[in-house]
Amino acid sequence: MLSNIGISLVVLILILSFSIIYTSCLDLKTPSRTIKKSIYKLSLFQTTFTILSFFTLIIGFISSDFSLINVYENSHTTKPFFYKIAGTWGNHEGSLLLWVNILVIFSYLFLIFNYAHNKKFRLYTLIFQNILILGFLFFLLLNSNPFNSIYPIPLEGLGLNPILQDPALAIHPPLLYVGFVGCSIYFSAAMASLLSGYGGKLFAQSIKTWVKISWCFQTLGIIVGSIWAYYELGWGGFWFWDPVENASLLPWFAITALMHSLIVLEKRETLYHWVIILCLSTFILSVTGTFLVRSGILNSVHTFASDPSRGIYILLFLSLMIFSALIIFFLKHKKETYNLNLKSRETFILTNNWFMTFFLVTVLIGMLYPIFLDVLTNVKISVGPPFFNIVIIPLVVPLMFLMAIGPKFGWIKSKNKVLYKILFLSLWAVIINLVIFYFFGKYSLLSNLIFIAAIFLILFSFLDIKNFINNKNKAELPRIISHLGFGLLVFFIGINHQFSIEEDFNLRVGETKKINNYKINFENIKIKESKNYKAVIGNFKLTNFKNNLIQQLDPEIRIYSNPETLTYEAAIKTKITSDLYLTMSNVSRSDYYNIKFQNKPFMVWIWISALMIALGGFMRLTLKKNED
Amino acid sequence: MLAKKVKNRILFLISIFLLSVIAVFFIIKSLNKNVLYFSSPTEIKQGEDILFGKAMRVGGMVKKGSISVSSKDIQFIVTDFENEILISYSGSVPSLFAEEKGVVAEGKLKDKNFFIADRILAKHDENYMPPEIKEILEKNVK
Repeated sequence: MLSNIGISLVVLILILSFSIIYTSCLDLKTPSRTIKKSIYKLSLFQTTFTILSFFTLIIGFISSDFSLINVYENSHTTKPFFYKIAGTWGNHEGSLLLWVNILVIFSYLFLIFNYAHNKKFRLYTLIFQNILILGFLFFLLLNSNPFNSIYPIPLEGLGLNPILQDPALAIHPPLLYVGFVGCSIYFSAAMASLLSGYGGKLFAQSIKTWVKISWCFQTLGIIVGSIWAYYELGWGGFWFWDPVENASLLPWFAITALMHSLIVLEKRETLYHWVIILCLSTFILSVTGTFLVRSGILNSVHTFASDPSRGIYILLFLSLMIFSALIIFFLKHKKETYNLNLKSRETFILTNNWFMTFFLVTVLIGMLYPIFLDVLTNVKISVGPPFFNIVIIPLVVPLMFLMAIGPKFGWIKSKNKVLYKILFLSLWAVIINLVIFYFFGKYSLLSNLIFIAAIFLILFSFLDIKNFINNKNKAELPRIISHLGFGLLVFFIGINHQFSIEEDFNLRVGETKKINNYKINFENIKIKESKNYKAVIGNFKLTNFKNNLIQQLDPEIRIYSNPETLTYEAAIKTKITSDLYLTMSNVSRSDYYNIKFQNKPFMVWIWISALMIALGGFMRLTLKKNED
Repeated sequence: MLAKKVKNRILFLISIFLLSVIAVFFIIKSLNKNVLYFSSPTEIKQGEDILFGKAMRVGGMVKKGSISVSSKDIQFIVTDFENEILISYSGSVPSLFAEEKGVVAEGKLKDKNFFIADRILAKHDENYMPPEIKEILEKNVK
């Protein structure tokens, strides 16, 4: 039943896509300056049907309709209601439907909100977006149809991977999808802009909001994913330089660069082609990431069941996208004159692009090099965190200095005043760093530089906030918040990295272990039965000798039955100054439990400052047109 | 004599080019220093140019009944059904680590039969098998 409804809806969307392309092409030739009403109607229908198809799948999951293979494979009747819904996008087929949803919804919103822009440009955008929609719809129907039915109907489903049954991971995919798939609209717009010759300032204004939206959601999505990794995966880290994480970072670098250079295009009418390249590459990188992850080419700790046949289709589609983008770009490429002025504000905004490009290339090489080497020489290697740390971290130092002083140029006339301020604040940054260095512990030269640069950026941002309170220039605040967030993020990550305590050891029930000024007492274990899992809970008493504080930490080993899986739930005690993190695991039912104890300073602040970066973006979204 | 504007632009382009060359050189150099090679127990047995001090990855299946846990570490044998290697690890293991399951260990080789791991790689999905191990198994298990 649901299967038929779902498939009919998808076919309807497909037909509507074709008719939108057809009528748009016809409308291109008419002299009228407004877009035909029928196109709006078709697009509205398409959006409605797409959302309906998604709801059909959600209903399938809620009602545990196991006649759908997808529901059978990824759901179970005993699963909590919330995760039944989240299960809809917690698998490949369902998430592809979500992908199509975002493509369609963005296409419609772009059509209705950009009424003031050139007709030809809007029509071309619509056409390209619908070509993308068609591509993914065919993929969905031919290879990964979430509405495929199964007969005889199974009585019970296989269940959702327990590690995905988590609130953060339930909202993580939709956030990332709005971020990554949202890029599609300015991919289409960039192609349309090249074809219709509608460039410059007006083009920048037409895509600005969409860039901001997808940037915000990407940032937020990455943060949520990393918070999840922190408390769910049990190793207490939050960034691993894992291929999947890198795949999500690539479009983020591109889009961050785009967000900055778009300002230059809007205000100074230069860099048009660079903006186009960034628009195109952001979405291409998003799809590349998806391709590498879904096809199983990348070996990652985050890989979920992957299937090479998906890879071939996405690869074909991807090459088609890149190829057509390149052709259109070179055919329609026009000479543009750049006026280079070293002291101007756009030069500083451009430096951001330099850094982003460098980071992007680094991560891309680190990600693709093992694949090439494997194909060419059959030698299997992996590129670990040290590579990324060595290449990227040193460059964060100048980046942070430029993030602080860059926005000041072109604004303030007397240069001496800025210079004086820079010297004054650098001096303070050095002093604060020395205080930390002297009182809390020694660290390397590079770490010193990182701390100095971060503190400099933070201090500079505080001064900016003070200025803001005086002059109430609303357009400045989002930038200050995001840049301050970045400074704080680097600072707290640095502190966290330098002053974390980590210790792995094996304990039996009743035993005690001393680490630094902590004493850990493994008191006993309990068994708890829950709705869809059984848990072994360990009771640990943690004594801190410094302040004689006694805390109880209860990590769990959960045994899920559908599907049969083991997960380790960390016990985390979060305080403003530090997190205590304890995981317990057991191998082959021995008496010894494997304990990982960590004390991680300022963990919450890492999240808060990362969220500040995203917050800045959301604040910019609320600005009125004339303010931004 | 070129116009000043043109001259500026040429200088600008050259400096960009040089900078990118330096950047790429820098990236590749540190890449080569920081890669981890993956080997199967057989490759370690037969290999002659194996670096003992360098970090690397070893993968295969955890041999049945080979896991032993003491207060200090966990020891287990990884096999590719031709050769075996003993791995010692003191840290917490991922939840999907079990007998007769695929495993990838990261660490250093003590000698050709003994490997000290400082990380065991986790997978989120119980049905997932790292491609390297899949390949080994396809080769050795008929």
